[in-house]
Amino acid sequence: MITDVLIVGAGGAGLMAAIAAKEEGANVLVLTKEYPTRSQTCMAQGGMNAALGNVSEDSVEAHIQNTLKSAHGLADESAVRFMCEEAPKAVEWLDSIGVCFSRTPDAKVAQRKLGGASASRACYAQDYTGLKILHTLYDRCNALEIEMLAEKFLLELVQDDAGTVCGVRVLDIRSGEQEEYYAKSVVLATGGYSRIFGKNSTNSKASSGDGIAVAKKAGAKLLDMEFVQFHPTGLKSSSILISESARGEGGYLLNSKGERFTNELAPRDEVSRAIDAEIKKGEEIFLDIRHLGEEFIEENLPQERKLAKLYENVDPVHELMPIRPVAHYTMGGIEVDSSSKTNLEGLYACGECANHKVHGANRLGGNSLLEIIVFGRQAGTNAAKYGQKRSSFKVNEQSSRVYEFTSSQEHNYDFYALQDEIADLLYEKVGIVRTKSELLEAQQRVLEIKSLLNEMGVRDASQTYNTNLVEFLEFQNKLAVCEVVLESALSRDVSVGAHYIV
Amino acid sequence: MKIEIFRESGFVSYERELKDITLLKFLEEIKTKEDNSLAFSSGCRSSVCGSCAVRVNGKEVLACSYKVKDGDKVEPLKNCEVLRDLAVNMDKAYSFNAKAKAWMQEHTSTQGITQDDEKRNEIQSDCILCSSCYSACPVYSVNESFLGPFALTRSWKYVTDKRQDEEYEKIEAVQNSGIWDCTLCNECTVVCPQGISSKADIEKLRAKSAAHGFMDPNFGSFGGGFGGFGGGFDGSPVF
Repeated sequence: MITDVLIVGAGGAGLMAAIAAKEEGANVLVLTKEYPTRSQTCMAQGGMNAALGNVSEDSVEAHIQNTLKSAHGLADESAVRFMCEEAPKAVEWLDSIGVCFSRTPDAKVAQRKLGGASASRACYAQDYTGLKILHTLYDRCNALEIEMLAEKFLLELVQDDAGTVCGVRVLDIRSGEQEEYYAKSVVLATGGYSRIFGKNSTNSKASSGDGIAVAKKAGAKLLDMEFVQFHPTGLKSSSILISESARGEGGYLLNSKGERFTNELAPRDEVSRAIDAEIKKGEEIFLDIRHLGEEFIEENLPQERKLAKLYENVDPVHELMPIRPVAHYTMGGIEVDSSSKTNLEGLYACGECANHKVHGANRLGGNSLLEIIVFGRQAGTNAAKYGQKRSSFKVNEQSSRVYEFTSSQEHNYDFYALQDEIADLLYEKVGIVRTKSELLEAQQRVLEIKSLLNEMGVRDASQTYNTNLVEFLEFQNKLAVCEVVLESALSRDVSVGAHYIV
Repeated sequence: MKIEIFRESGFVSYERELKDITLLKFLEEIKTKEDNSLAFSSGCRSSVCGSCAVRVNGKEVLACSYKVKDGDKVEPLKNCEVLRDLAVNMDKAYSFNAKAKAWMQEHTSTQGITQDDEKRNEIQSDCILCSSCYSACPVYSVNESFLGPFALTRSWKYVTDKRQDEEYEKIEAVQNSGIWDCTLCNECTVVCPQGISSKADIEKLRAKSAAHGFMDPNFGSFGGGFGGFGGGFDGSPVF
């Protein structure tokens, strides 16, 4: 099957890219290993930054400065400037296609203050901001008759004789068959890799870094992979996210003595370290929103209440919520230039799998939803334009071989158990506070596990709908990503942002 | 704790020493520690991605938000092709969103949208497309082309949106195998994890349709049908 622009991933970035490419006149096909609307984007609650100044005085310049400060010098100022300048238009566009943004009493898009921001800048849709943006983008795709195919798992990129990317090979999860899809340009929008931290992550199980692992194999450059943002307030036992808006609206962080110990609205890396230090002193940490009152909580933080009740058995209207910092967002990713193009011809990337150099060493809350819209649009538009210039291409027949799964008949090791082991290993040793010796220990173990790959494999023999196979492929992708995360972390001796080394 | 899961071979019993956990956790335990071949869908595990809806003792639930009880019988959603075990094919269900033309017709002016306007379709926009309502809907046993509860709720979301200038085309799109095929049985409302009532939305679409001159094809000659002009939302005929 041949199309103009092929997009892998149907989260916010992928669907935005699809819309932009379609509006540019391209034929577009979207492939996803899940279904559209089920991606990580739906979990974003807090909001989307844009210096509208609807609630308090604000400026694009202030947004830029806050973003740069949070990034600790590792962001590209021109990329940040572009993103922040585009932000008001991005919100206006989302509003025009039907996103139900919350409003102020004087009929403007409501905004609230998130950590690290000098003004109330995050536009929100109750506490379902990501969900409502994602679903509205999906509806827009339907309006534009964009074809979206579900349950296609990315295996590798297909390149032509000149090395230009011209398609992908996927596993059709349902049939178990491998398929190739060709296109004049490919956009990866496959999401981040927080699930290398397993149960110590807020993320969907799908955040396994597939696109990053696959792109790397094809020769794409990865950048700043050591930067993993730990969200200060995951529920203690389930790692379910309690949104930053809980603190933005006035929630406190308390230790076992009931004392506040940090500025709750400092950037996430600082708050996470403050909590980590308390936990290491033997304290239990709680998020307290009781003083906000039931009526306010029901109106502004209904989802947080529901989640706390369900997953931690506490009602935050009356009780404290036990929390701990957990892996939430991965700043690193496939390096792209100012047009969202990777170092591989024909390959673009956007969303959490890409690194547009706007988050640097620590992402500012409210900038991820913004990023997927601004750079999703850019990637889609430029991929379409690139395709228009590319009249025809020839796929190297030799290269179109069948992807061979690394799966052993031997089952000396259980990859599910090893996956859990790596998750805890990374949380302990490649987490909020790192030391060189612990990084080396983790690296050694990860490489050891990698060398055992031929002694583990898929136990389910089914050809069709084999989720055991899919999970083994995800495990291998996570392992490949772990390796890079550790290499990158070891090569950076100085603490910066989310990479804190002592 | 012992539960039964409907698999390709019929109900299979599984027992684990676990309590006070979600069904999703239970399924993951079985999958990773006992039987790697068990197939089910999941994602966010925090009830917002809509991936893990199944039926427990005949009622639709999200596996990630349902606490397992001893003796529970777990089955895949109805009205969908079962791919394997608890995993179902959602393609057809999803396709009804496009058939219902559930989107903003034109890029419209967003000026002057008030808090009241925002509230008009806030609940409808909470939908997570888990298809619980779709599974619970009895209409599919007689009409496989029925647009179904979530797609009609989605249609109403856009029809009632203050920013939507042109609504006729949307109303027209939900006439055939749409709002008039609903039996107003309310099963969709009962199972919705987000507290949405598609039945109520369908009734509102009927009233709106009547205002545009559309009639219930089943009661056309009597002029109105159920839940029509008076906006009675209890399902009783209003003439």
